[in-house]
Amino acid sequence: MSTFELLISLLKGGLKVTIIVTLFSTILAFILGFTAGLARLSKYKILRIISGMYVEVFRGTSLLVQLFWLYFALPLLGIKFSAIFTAILAIGLNFGAYCSEIVRSAVNSIPQGQTEACIALNMTSFQSMRRVIIPQAFATMLPNLGNQLIELLKSTSLVSMITLADLTYHANILNSSTFETTKIYSLLLIIYFVISLPLTYGIKMLERRLSVWRV
Amino acid sequence: MITIKPIIRYNKITKAYGDLKVLKGIDFEIYPGEKVALIGPSGSGKTTLARLLMTLEEPSSGTIEVEGKLLWHEKINGKLVRAKEKHLHEMRKDIGMVFQHFYLFPHMTVLNNVMEAPITVLGMSKKEAKKQAELMIKKVGLIDKLNIYPVQLSGGQKQRVAIARALVMKPKIMLFDEPTSALDPELVGEVLDVIKEIAVEGNDTDMTMLLITHEMDFAREIADRIVFFDEGVIVEQGSPDELFDNPKTPRLQTFLSRFNS
Repeated sequence: MSTFELLISLLKGGLKVTIIVTLFSTILAFILGFTAGLARLSKYKILRIISGMYVEVFRGTSLLVQLFWLYFALPLLGIKFSAIFTAILAIGLNFGAYCSEIVRSAVNSIPQGQTEACIALNMTSFQSMRRVIIPQAFATMLPNLGNQLIELLKSTSLVSMITLADLTYHANILNSSTFETTKIYSLLLIIYFVISLPLTYGIKMLERRLSVWRV
Repeated sequence: MITIKPIIRYNKITKAYGDLKVLKGIDFEIYPGEKVALIGPSGSGKTTLARLLMTLEEPSSGTIEVEGKLLWHEKINGKLVRAKEKHLHEMRKDIGMVFQHFYLFPHMTVLNNVMEAPITVLGMSKKEAKKQAELMIKKVGLIDKLNIYPVQLSGGQKQRVAIARALVMKPKIMLFDEPTSALDPELVGEVLDVIKEIAVEGNDTDMTMLLITHEMDFAREIADRIVFFDEGVIVEQGSPDELFDNPKTPRLQTFLSRFNS
Protein backbone atom coordinates (compact mmCIF):
# COMPACT_ATOMS: atom_id res chain seq x y z
CA MET A 1 0.00 0.00 0.00
CA SER A 2 1.21 3.53 -0.77
CA THR A 3 1.53 6.07 2.02
CA PHE A 4 -1.48 7.88 0.66
CA GLU A 5 -3.61 4.76 0.68
CA LEU A 6 -2.53 4.04 4.24
CA LEU A 7 -3.48 7.57 5.26
CA ILE A 8 -6.92 7.34 3.66
CA SER A 9 -7.52 3.96 5.19
CA LEU A 10 -6.57 5.24 8.66
CA LEU A 11 -8.70 8.36 8.42
CA LYS A 12 -11.69 6.56 6.92
CA GLY A 13 -11.68 3.94 9.60
CA GLY A 14 -10.77 5.79 12.78
CA LEU A 15 -11.10 9.56 12.51
CA LYS A 16 -14.81 9.59 13.27
CA VAL A 17 -14.49 7.64 16.53
CA THR A 18 -11.51 9.67 17.71
CA ILE A 19 -13.35 12.92 17.08
CA ILE A 20 -16.60 11.77 18.65
CA VAL A 21 -14.85 10.52 21.78
CA THR A 22 -12.75 13.70 22.01
CA LEU A 23 -15.73 15.99 21.55
CA PHE A 24 -18.10 14.37 24.01
CA SER A 25 -15.57 13.57 26.68
CA THR A 26 -14.34 17.18 26.49
CA ILE A 27 -17.87 18.42 27.08
CA LEU A 28 -18.29 16.00 29.98
CA ALA A 29 -14.89 16.86 31.44
CA PHE A 30 -15.56 20.61 31.35
CA ILE A 31 -19.00 20.22 32.92
CA LEU A 32 -17.63 17.96 35.65
CA GLY A 33 -14.57 20.17 36.07
CA PHE A 34 -16.62 23.29 36.66
CA THR A 35 -19.13 21.54 38.89
CA ALA A 36 -16.55 19.79 41.05
CA GLY A 37 -14.18 22.76 41.08
CA LEU A 38 -16.87 25.14 42.30
CA ALA A 39 -18.29 22.53 44.69
CA ARG A 40 -14.87 22.31 46.32
CA LEU A 41 -15.16 26.02 47.12
CA SER A 42 -18.72 25.70 48.39
CA LYS A 43 -19.65 26.73 51.90
CA TYR A 44 -21.42 23.38 52.29
CA LYS A 45 -19.08 20.80 53.71
CA ILE A 46 -20.87 17.85 52.13
CA LEU A 47 -20.32 19.25 48.63
CA ARG A 48 -16.67 19.85 49.38
CA ILE A 49 -16.24 16.28 50.61
CA ILE A 50 -18.02 14.67 47.66
CA SER A 51 -16.11 16.66 45.05
CA GLY A 52 -12.85 16.15 46.93
CA MET A 53 -13.37 12.39 46.88
CA TYR A 54 -14.23 12.42 43.20
CA VAL A 55 -11.08 14.35 42.34
CA GLU A 56 -8.77 12.17 44.43
CA VAL A 57 -10.18 8.90 43.12
CA PHE A 58 -10.07 9.79 39.45
CA ARG A 59 -6.78 11.63 39.59
CA GLY A 60 -5.16 8.95 41.67
CA THR A 61 -5.86 5.99 39.41
CA SER A 62 -4.79 5.42 35.83
CA LEU A 63 -7.09 6.23 32.95
CA LEU A 64 -6.36 2.90 31.30
CA VAL A 65 -7.35 1.01 34.44
CA GLN A 66 -10.49 3.11 34.75
CA LEU A 67 -11.39 2.22 31.16
CA PHE A 68 -10.81 -1.48 31.81
CA TRP A 69 -12.73 -1.35 35.05
CA LEU A 70 -15.75 0.36 33.54
CA TYR A 71 -15.74 -1.85 30.47
CA PHE A 72 -14.75 -5.27 31.82
CA ALA A 73 -15.40 -5.22 35.60
CA LEU A 74 -18.59 -3.21 35.88
CA PRO A 75 -20.60 -5.61 33.64
CA LEU A 76 -19.83 -8.36 36.18
CA LEU A 77 -21.73 -6.23 38.70
CA GLY A 78 -24.63 -6.13 36.27
CA ILE A 79 -24.02 -2.72 34.68
CA LYS A 80 -23.00 -2.72 31.05
CA PHE A 81 -22.45 0.26 28.79
CA SER A 82 -21.51 0.35 25.12
CA ALA A 83 -17.80 0.75 24.36
CA ILE A 84 -18.19 4.29 23.04
CA PHE A 85 -20.24 5.37 26.04
CA THR A 86 -17.70 3.80 28.40
CA ALA A 87 -14.88 5.60 26.62
CA ILE A 88 -16.57 8.99 26.86
CA LEU A 89 -17.51 8.38 30.50
CA ALA A 90 -14.04 7.26 31.60
CA ILE A 91 -12.15 10.02 29.80
CA GLY A 92 -14.69 12.64 30.88
CA LEU A 93 -14.50 11.57 34.52
CA ASN A 94 -10.73 11.38 34.50
CA PHE A 95 -10.10 14.74 32.87
CA GLY A 96 -12.97 16.32 34.80
CA ALA A 97 -10.97 15.65 37.95
CA TYR A 98 -7.94 17.49 36.57
CA CYS A 99 -10.06 20.31 35.19
CA SER A 100 -11.74 20.80 38.56
CA GLU A 101 -8.37 21.54 40.11
CA ILE A 102 -7.69 24.09 37.39
CA VAL A 103 -11.06 25.71 37.98
CA ARG A 104 -10.62 25.68 41.76
CA SER A 105 -7.17 27.24 41.73
CA ALA A 106 -8.16 29.86 39.15
CA VAL A 107 -11.16 30.93 41.21
CA ASN A 108 -8.97 30.97 44.32
CA SER A 109 -6.46 33.19 42.57
CA ILE A 110 -8.96 36.03 42.21
CA PRO A 111 -8.16 38.54 44.97
CA GLN A 112 -10.50 38.69 47.95
CA GLY A 113 -10.99 42.39 47.22
CA GLN A 114 -13.09 41.52 44.18
CA THR A 115 -15.55 39.65 46.37
CA GLU A 116 -15.56 42.49 48.88
CA ALA A 117 -16.31 45.01 46.14
CA CYS A 118 -19.26 42.83 45.13
CA ILE A 119 -20.55 42.70 48.69
CA ALA A 120 -20.21 46.47 48.99
CA LEU A 121 -22.33 46.78 45.84
CA ASN A 122 -24.83 44.40 47.45
CA MET A 123 -24.44 41.66 44.85
CA THR A 124 -25.47 38.19 45.99
CA SER A 125 -22.74 35.58 46.12
CA PHE A 126 -24.22 33.94 43.02
CA GLN A 127 -24.18 37.24 41.13
CA SER A 128 -20.60 38.00 42.12
CA MET A 129 -19.50 34.53 41.03
CA ARG A 130 -21.26 34.77 37.70
CA ARG A 131 -20.47 38.37 36.81
CA VAL A 132 -17.15 39.07 38.47
CA ILE A 133 -15.21 36.08 39.76
CA ILE A 134 -15.73 33.43 37.08
CA PRO A 135 -15.20 35.71 34.07
CA GLN A 136 -11.82 36.72 35.51
CA ALA A 137 -10.95 33.20 36.60
CA PHE A 138 -11.89 31.83 33.17
CA ALA A 139 -9.21 33.92 31.50
CA THR A 140 -6.71 32.50 33.97
CA MET A 141 -7.76 28.89 33.56
CA LEU A 142 -8.01 28.92 29.76
CA PRO A 143 -4.38 28.07 28.93
CA ASN A 144 -4.47 25.16 31.39
CA LEU A 145 -7.81 23.94 30.12
CA GLY A 146 -6.34 24.12 26.61
CA ASN A 147 -3.48 21.88 27.70
CA GLN A 148 -5.97 19.42 29.14
CA LEU A 149 -7.92 19.43 25.89
CA ILE A 150 -4.83 18.48 23.87
CA GLU A 151 -3.90 15.89 26.48
CA LEU A 152 -7.41 14.49 26.29
CA LEU A 153 -7.28 14.18 22.51
CA LYS A 154 -4.11 12.13 22.77
CA SER A 155 -5.54 10.01 25.58
CA THR A 156 -8.36 8.89 23.32
CA SER A 157 -5.85 6.50 21.74
CA LEU A 158 -6.37 4.33 24.84
CA VAL A 159 -9.93 3.54 23.81
CA SER A 160 -8.55 1.14 21.22
CA MET A 161 -7.90 -1.14 24.21
CA ILE A 162 -11.62 -1.56 24.81
CA THR A 163 -12.32 -2.58 21.22
CA LEU A 164 -13.24 0.88 19.94
CA ALA A 165 -12.18 1.40 16.34
CA ASP A 166 -10.45 4.76 16.62
CA LEU A 167 -7.34 5.96 14.74
CA THR A 168 -4.95 3.96 16.90
CA TYR A 169 -7.04 0.83 16.62
CA HIS A 170 -6.98 1.06 12.84
CA ALA A 171 -3.26 1.72 12.85
CA ASN A 172 -2.75 -1.48 14.80
CA ILE A 173 -4.97 -3.44 12.41
CA LEU A 174 -3.24 -2.00 9.35
CA ASN A 175 0.13 -2.74 10.87
CA SER A 176 -0.63 -6.38 11.42
CA SER A 177 -1.87 -6.83 7.85
CA THR A 178 0.71 -4.74 5.97
CA PHE A 179 3.75 -4.63 8.29
CA GLU A 180 4.36 -1.02 7.15
CA THR A 181 5.13 -0.18 10.78
CA THR A 182 7.24 2.94 10.31
CA LYS A 183 4.93 4.50 7.78
CA ILE A 184 1.77 3.74 9.73
CA TYR A 185 2.87 4.98 13.11
CA SER A 186 4.52 8.07 11.61
CA LEU A 187 1.25 8.84 9.89
CA LEU A 188 -0.59 8.29 13.15
CA LEU A 189 1.68 10.76 14.97
CA ILE A 190 1.12 13.34 12.25
CA ILE A 191 -2.65 12.87 12.27
CA TYR A 192 -2.90 13.47 16.03
CA PHE A 193 -0.66 16.47 15.67
CA VAL A 194 -2.74 17.93 12.84
CA ILE A 195 -5.97 17.47 14.81
CA SER A 196 -4.44 19.17 17.85
CA LEU A 197 -3.24 22.18 15.85
CA PRO A 198 -6.62 23.90 15.40
CA LEU A 199 -7.38 23.18 19.07
CA THR A 200 -4.19 24.90 20.19
CA TYR A 201 -4.82 27.76 17.84
CA GLY A 202 -8.48 28.09 18.82
CA ILE A 203 -7.64 28.21 22.52
CA LYS A 204 -4.99 30.86 21.86
CA MET A 205 -7.50 32.99 19.99
CA LEU A 206 -10.10 32.66 22.70
CA GLU A 207 -7.47 33.50 25.29
CA ARG A 208 -6.57 36.67 23.48
CA ARG A 209 -10.20 37.68 23.16
CA LEU A 210 -10.95 37.01 26.80
CA SER A 211 -8.00 38.91 28.17
CA VAL A 212 -8.18 42.21 26.30
CA TRP A 213 -8.53 43.83 29.70
CA ARG A 214 -5.15 42.56 30.82
CA VAL A 215 -2.97 44.48 28.36
CA MET B 1 -37.09 69.74 71.28
CA ILE B 2 -36.60 67.43 68.36
CA THR B 3 -34.12 64.68 68.94
CA ILE B 4 -32.44 63.35 65.84
CA LYS B 5 -31.87 59.65 65.90
CA PRO B 6 -28.46 58.39 64.85
CA ILE B 7 -28.32 56.66 61.46
CA ILE B 8 -25.50 54.42 62.69
CA ARG B 9 -25.00 53.20 66.21
CA TYR B 10 -22.19 50.94 67.39
CA ASN B 11 -23.11 49.37 70.70
CA LYS B 12 -20.32 47.80 72.80
CA ILE B 13 -18.68 46.48 69.66
CA THR B 14 -15.65 44.26 70.01
CA LYS B 15 -13.67 42.47 67.36
CA ALA B 16 -10.90 40.01 68.00
CA TYR B 17 -8.78 37.82 65.73
CA GLY B 18 -7.74 35.02 68.02
CA ASP B 19 -5.96 36.72 70.89
CA LEU B 20 -5.59 39.99 69.05
CA LYS B 21 -8.28 42.44 70.19
CA VAL B 22 -8.75 44.99 67.44
CA LEU B 23 -11.84 46.76 68.78
CA LYS B 24 -12.34 46.93 72.51
CA GLY B 25 -15.93 47.88 73.19
CA ILE B 26 -16.83 50.71 70.86
CA ASP B 27 -19.86 52.91 71.53
CA PHE B 28 -20.18 55.29 68.68
CA GLU B 29 -22.94 57.12 66.85
CA ILE B 30 -23.16 58.89 63.54
CA TYR B 31 -26.07 61.16 62.68
CA PRO B 32 -27.83 61.49 59.33
CA GLY B 33 -25.91 63.70 56.94
CA GLU B 34 -22.96 63.90 59.25
CA LYS B 35 -19.43 63.72 57.83
CA VAL B 36 -17.21 61.95 60.30
CA ALA B 37 -13.48 61.57 59.80
CA LEU B 38 -11.76 58.73 61.58
CA ILE B 39 -8.10 59.32 62.25
CA GLY B 40 -5.50 57.34 64.12
CA PRO B 41 -2.34 55.29 63.73
CA SER B 42 -2.21 52.32 61.36
CA GLY B 43 -3.48 49.16 62.97
CA SER B 44 -5.66 51.04 65.42
CA GLY B 45 -8.86 49.39 64.20
CA LYS B 46 -10.26 52.19 62.04
CA THR B 47 -10.65 50.05 58.95
CA THR B 48 -12.21 47.21 60.93
CA LEU B 49 -14.85 49.60 62.19
CA ALA B 50 -15.86 50.38 58.59
CA ARG B 51 -15.63 46.75 57.49
CA LEU B 52 -18.06 45.68 60.20
CA LEU B 53 -20.53 48.24 58.93
CA MET B 54 -20.12 47.08 55.32
CA THR B 55 -20.77 43.51 56.57
CA LEU B 56 -17.38 42.37 55.33
CA GLU B 57 -16.55 41.18 58.82
CA GLU B 58 -18.65 40.13 61.73
CA PRO B 59 -18.31 41.69 65.19
CA SER B 60 -17.14 39.39 67.98
CA SER B 61 -19.68 40.91 70.33
CA GLY B 62 -21.98 43.90 70.52
CA THR B 63 -24.50 45.20 68.02
CA ILE B 64 -24.60 47.72 65.22
CA GLU B 65 -27.78 49.53 64.27
CA VAL B 66 -28.38 51.19 60.94
CA GLU B 67 -31.43 53.43 60.79
CA GLY B 68 -32.70 51.87 64.00
CA LYS B 69 -32.46 48.32 62.65
CA LEU B 70 -29.96 45.75 63.83
CA LEU B 71 -27.34 45.10 61.17
CA TRP B 72 -25.76 41.80 62.15
CA HIS B 73 -28.58 40.37 64.22
CA GLU B 74 -32.22 39.49 64.06
CA LYS B 75 -34.58 39.13 66.96
CA ILE B 76 -36.28 35.76 66.93
CA ASN B 77 -38.64 35.09 69.86
CA GLY B 78 -36.97 37.91 71.78
CA LYS B 79 -33.53 36.42 71.34
CA LEU B 80 -30.74 37.96 69.32
CA VAL B 81 -29.42 35.63 66.66
CA ARG B 82 -26.98 36.17 63.83
CA ALA B 83 -28.84 37.57 60.87
CA LYS B 84 -29.37 35.52 57.73
CA GLU B 85 -27.80 36.53 54.43
CA LYS B 86 -31.19 37.82 53.27
CA HIS B 87 -31.30 40.32 56.12
CA LEU B 88 -27.74 41.48 55.42
CA HIS B 89 -28.64 41.90 51.77
CA GLU B 90 -31.57 44.08 52.75
CA MET B 91 -29.47 46.17 55.13
CA ARG B 92 -26.59 46.70 52.69
CA LYS B 93 -28.86 48.57 50.30
CA ASP B 94 -28.16 51.87 52.00
CA ILE B 95 -24.41 51.47 52.48
CA GLY B 96 -21.62 51.98 49.98
CA MET B 97 -17.88 51.70 50.34
CA VAL B 98 -14.74 52.92 48.63
CA PHE B 99 -11.64 50.85 49.31
CA GLN B 100 -8.01 51.77 49.71
CA HIS B 101 -7.07 49.54 46.77
CA PHE B 102 -10.08 50.45 44.59
CA TYR B 103 -11.05 46.86 43.68
CA LEU B 104 -12.38 47.82 40.28
CA PHE B 105 -13.52 44.91 38.15
CA PRO B 106 -10.52 44.57 35.81
CA HIS B 107 -12.44 42.69 33.11
CA MET B 108 -15.01 45.46 32.67
CA THR B 109 -14.64 48.87 31.08
CA VAL B 110 -15.09 51.99 33.17
CA LEU B 111 -18.68 52.26 32.01
CA ASN B 112 -19.46 48.61 32.73
CA ASN B 113 -17.86 48.83 36.17
CA VAL B 114 -20.33 51.52 37.07
CA MET B 115 -23.31 49.97 35.23
CA GLU B 116 -22.87 46.50 36.70
CA ALA B 117 -24.58 46.86 40.08
CA PRO B 118 -27.51 49.00 38.91
CA ILE B 119 -28.33 46.26 36.40
CA THR B 120 -27.68 43.10 38.42
CA VAL B 121 -28.62 44.38 41.87
CA LEU B 122 -31.27 47.01 41.24
CA GLY B 123 -32.66 45.39 38.10
CA MET B 124 -32.34 48.65 36.18
CA SER B 125 -32.72 48.57 32.39
CA LYS B 126 -29.48 48.77 30.44
CA LYS B 127 -30.45 52.11 28.99
CA GLU B 128 -31.28 53.67 32.33
CA ALA B 129 -28.19 52.18 33.98
CA LYS B 130 -26.02 53.63 31.23
CA LYS B 131 -27.56 57.04 31.72
CA GLN B 132 -27.02 56.95 35.48
CA ALA B 133 -23.52 55.55 35.13
CA GLU B 134 -22.50 58.24 32.64
CA LEU B 135 -23.82 60.88 34.97
CA MET B 136 -21.66 59.59 37.80
CA ILE B 137 -18.59 59.12 35.63
CA LYS B 138 -19.01 62.68 34.44
CA LYS B 139 -19.22 63.80 38.04
CA VAL B 140 -15.81 62.27 38.77
CA GLY B 141 -14.43 63.80 35.57
CA LEU B 142 -13.76 60.68 33.53
CA ILE B 143 -16.37 60.87 30.81
CA ASP B 144 -13.61 60.53 28.19
CA LYS B 145 -12.57 57.16 29.65
CA LEU B 146 -15.91 55.33 29.36
CA ASN B 147 -14.69 52.43 27.25
CA ILE B 148 -11.28 51.99 28.78
CA TYR B 149 -10.26 49.09 30.99
CA PRO B 150 -9.02 49.80 34.53
CA VAL B 151 -5.50 48.59 33.72
CA GLN B 152 -5.05 51.67 31.54
CA LEU B 153 -6.02 54.12 34.28
CA SER B 154 -3.82 55.84 36.85
CA GLY B 155 -4.43 55.12 40.53
CA GLY B 156 -6.26 58.38 41.00
CA GLN B 157 -8.50 57.67 38.02
CA LYS B 158 -9.20 54.17 39.30
CA GLN B 159 -10.27 55.52 42.65
CA ARG B 160 -12.53 58.07 40.98
CA VAL B 161 -14.21 55.28 39.01
CA ALA B 162 -14.61 53.34 42.25
CA ILE B 163 -16.30 56.36 43.80
CA ALA B 164 -18.65 56.65 40.81
CA ARG B 165 -19.41 52.93 41.08
CA ALA B 166 -20.38 53.31 44.74
CA LEU B 167 -22.32 56.54 44.21
CA VAL B 168 -24.48 55.22 41.40
CA MET B 169 -26.15 52.93 43.95
CA LYS B 170 -27.33 56.03 45.84
CA PRO B 171 -26.30 54.89 49.28
CA LYS B 172 -27.40 56.89 52.31
CA ILE B 173 -24.13 56.03 54.00
CA MET B 174 -20.75 56.14 52.29
CA LEU B 175 -17.62 54.65 53.77
CA PHE B 176 -14.24 55.78 52.51
CA ASP B 177 -11.48 53.51 53.74
CA GLU B 178 -8.23 55.40 53.27
CA PRO B 179 -9.18 56.30 49.69
CA THR B 180 -5.89 58.05 48.96
CA SER B 181 -3.41 55.94 50.92
CA ALA B 182 -2.46 53.76 47.96
CA LEU B 183 -1.94 56.69 45.61
CA ASP B 184 1.18 58.48 44.46
CA PRO B 185 1.31 61.89 46.17
CA GLU B 186 0.59 63.80 42.98
CA LEU B 187 -2.66 61.86 42.45
CA VAL B 188 -4.12 62.43 45.91
CA GLY B 189 -5.54 65.84 45.10
CA GLU B 190 -7.86 64.76 42.28
CA VAL B 191 -9.47 62.10 44.49
CA LEU B 192 -9.88 64.44 47.45
CA ASP B 193 -11.49 67.00 45.14
CA VAL B 194 -14.08 64.46 44.09
CA ILE B 195 -14.82 63.43 47.67
CA LYS B 196 -15.05 67.06 48.69
CA GLU B 197 -17.51 67.76 45.96
CA ILE B 198 -19.70 64.91 47.18
CA ALA B 199 -19.37 65.93 50.80
CA VAL B 200 -19.88 69.65 50.72
CA GLU B 201 -20.67 70.96 47.28
CA GLY B 202 -22.85 68.62 45.29
CA ASN B 203 -26.42 67.38 45.51
CA ASP B 204 -25.46 64.54 47.80
CA THR B 205 -24.74 66.60 50.87
CA ASP B 206 -27.41 64.78 52.85
CA MET B 207 -25.32 61.63 52.50
CA THR B 208 -23.78 60.36 55.70
CA MET B 209 -20.05 59.87 55.37
CA LEU B 210 -17.47 58.00 57.35
CA LEU B 211 -14.01 58.85 56.10
CA ILE B 212 -10.96 57.01 57.30
CA THR B 213 -7.94 59.04 56.37
CA HIS B 214 -4.43 60.19 57.07
CA GLU B 215 -5.01 63.47 55.23
CA MET B 216 -5.41 65.74 58.23
CA ASP B 217 -5.96 68.97 56.34
CA PHE B 218 -8.63 67.32 54.26
CA ALA B 219 -10.36 65.83 57.29
CA ARG B 220 -10.41 69.24 58.88
CA GLU B 221 -11.85 70.81 55.77
CA ILE B 222 -14.78 68.50 55.15
CA ALA B 223 -15.61 66.76 58.42
CA ASP B 224 -18.23 67.85 60.92
CA ARG B 225 -16.62 65.73 63.55
CA ILE B 226 -13.22 64.11 63.98
CA VAL B 227 -12.81 60.88 65.87
CA PHE B 228 -9.36 59.86 67.05
CA PHE B 229 -8.93 56.15 67.34
CA ASP B 230 -6.06 54.32 68.97
CA GLU B 231 -5.49 50.74 70.06
CA GLY B 232 -9.09 49.71 69.53
CA VAL B 233 -10.77 52.51 71.45
CA ILE B 234 -12.04 56.00 70.70
CA VAL B 235 -9.60 58.23 72.54
CA GLU B 236 -11.00 61.62 71.73
CA GLN B 237 -13.59 63.20 69.47
CA GLY B 238 -14.99 66.59 68.67
CA SER B 239 -15.22 69.32 66.07
CA PRO B 240 -12.19 69.68 63.78
CA ASP B 241 -11.12 72.95 65.36
CA GLU B 242 -11.40 71.58 68.87
CA LEU B 243 -9.50 68.45 68.08
CA PHE B 244 -6.72 69.79 65.92
CA ASP B 245 -6.10 73.06 67.75
CA ASN B 246 -6.68 71.86 71.24
CA PRO B 247 -6.02 68.15 71.61
CA LYS B 248 -6.68 67.09 75.17
CA THR B 249 -5.13 63.65 75.40
CA PRO B 250 -1.37 63.10 75.24
CA ARG B 251 -1.95 60.31 72.72
CA LEU B 252 -3.63 62.62 70.24
CA GLN B 253 -1.03 65.30 70.88
CA THR B 254 1.74 62.85 70.00
CA PHE B 255 -0.15 61.62 66.98
CA LEU B 256 -0.76 65.10 65.60
CA SER B 257 2.79 66.27 66.27
CA ARG B 258 3.99 63.67 63.80
CA PHE B 259 1.90 65.30 61.08
CA ASN B 260 2.82 68.87 61.91
CA SER B 261 6.56 68.38 61.94
